Amino acid sequence: MPVPEFEKIFRDKIDNEVKIEPKDWMPDAYRKTNIRQISQHAHSEIVGMLPEGNWISRAPSLKRKAILLAKVQDEAGHGLYLYSAAETLGMSREEMINDLHSGKAKYSSIFNYPTLTWADIGAIGWLVDGAAIMNQVMLTRTSYGPYARAMVRICKEESFHQRQGFEILLVLSKGTIEQKEMCQDAINRWWWPSLMMFGPKDAESTNSDQSMKWKIKRKTNDELRQNFIDMIAEQIKVLGMKLPDDKLKWNEQKRHYDFGEIDWNEFWNVIKGNGPCNKQRLDARRKAWEDGEWVREAAAAHAKKMVEREKQQAA
Amino acid sequence: MKTYLRKFYYGDIPDDKSGGNIVSKETKSDWPLWEIFIRSKQGLDHKHVGSLHAADAKMAIENARDVYTRRMEGVSIWVVESKYIHATNPDEAGELFEPAADKIYRHPTFYQLPDEVDKM
Repeated sequence: MPVPEFEKIFRDKIDNEVKIEPKDWMPDAYRKTNIRQISQHAHSEIVGMLPEGNWISRAPSLKRKAILLAKVQDEAGHGLYLYSAAETLGMSREEMINDLHSGKAKYSSIFNYPTLTWADIGAIGWLVDGAAIMNQVMLTRTSYGPYARAMVRICKEESFHQRQGFEILLVLSKGTIEQKEMCQDAINRWWWPSLMMFGPKDAESTNSDQSMKWKIKRKTNDELRQNFIDMIAEQIKVLGMKLPDDKLKWNEQKRHYDFGEIDWNEFWNVIKGNGPCNKQRLDARRKAWEDGEWVREAAAAHAKKMVEREKQQAA
Repeated sequence: MKTYLRKFYYGDIPDDKSGGNIVSKETKSDWPLWEIFIRSKQGLDHKHVGSLHAADAKMAIENARDVYTRRMEGVSIWVVESKYIHATNPDEAGELFEPAADKIYRHPTFYQLPDEVDKM
């Protein structure tokens, strides 16, 4: 079949909401866009373990330790689902990990911020995971089958993350004056970076949005960001805390919250590698990979030996 | 100065905005890919849930336990090395599955019966 015909079949599937599966014909650019997006999403899950892992040994109680361990383990699992989904498009796990370690592939900038106090773990669960969920719920309907299925699994597990985060802050918000201050401080520091997670404003996009046409993405950055703000602006009332934005105000006409300007210079700076923890995060990932090399080799050698032993016994 | 931005997605940053540019080094990985099937409870089929890398079958099962059954999603796990899965070719799906399309008489709804026998 000539390419235009394949292209038409592909287009028809997208138009009729039929998922694209790994062995189906797809345009190269569709494949590449998905590889990049899914692998970078996977990297975000894996790097995202670092700021929280930092607090496992210092969590205030055994219960909180167990919960945080479970959450960080979930993030590892989410990374694995996503790496597998990306691999179905023809890029090897090794290549993806090398791209992360070389700085070629990116991960969500939010994880380049430090976790200074215990309240940060609450703020991450509530705000960072909350923002991620907005995006991930949309992605359960993405057009590439393996990505959509990974997202369904991930979304089921994420809601525990957001709820436990909110609960951490809720407990602090009812605590001593110091605990309340700690709670407010964490919200102040995580609010703006969380809004940046949705990416630049729609108006600043020059390219026609191919990903929307391909139904990889189904809502724009601004739509998702607005949904998130509307949700958090209500939830914060329960905490009795304040979001660090004087311009945040309900707009009766638009039926949405108005909000202040995001500091885009900060955003691009962190992406370019100048955030507070960029170097620390990548160093930690590289070290984990290098330190684990002997384990990977030993396991492979053991597996090979077992196969040979089985052959000898059979002979 | 006006900066033009591309729209980007969760964790997806345009190449020209990225910082590092170190060339990946070649490494070798010997861990094959495994497909994972899980029976969620007695009486149901094993269902494909995803894949993972492992050195051997034992490790594949252990990893599948950790990756796919953290919330009691399974009572039994099958692992099959991916290279042993044989599949139909989507480009030939038409010829392969079409013969079933015009045999609607294989479905019970094809037969119009009087109302008196409605429970058949």
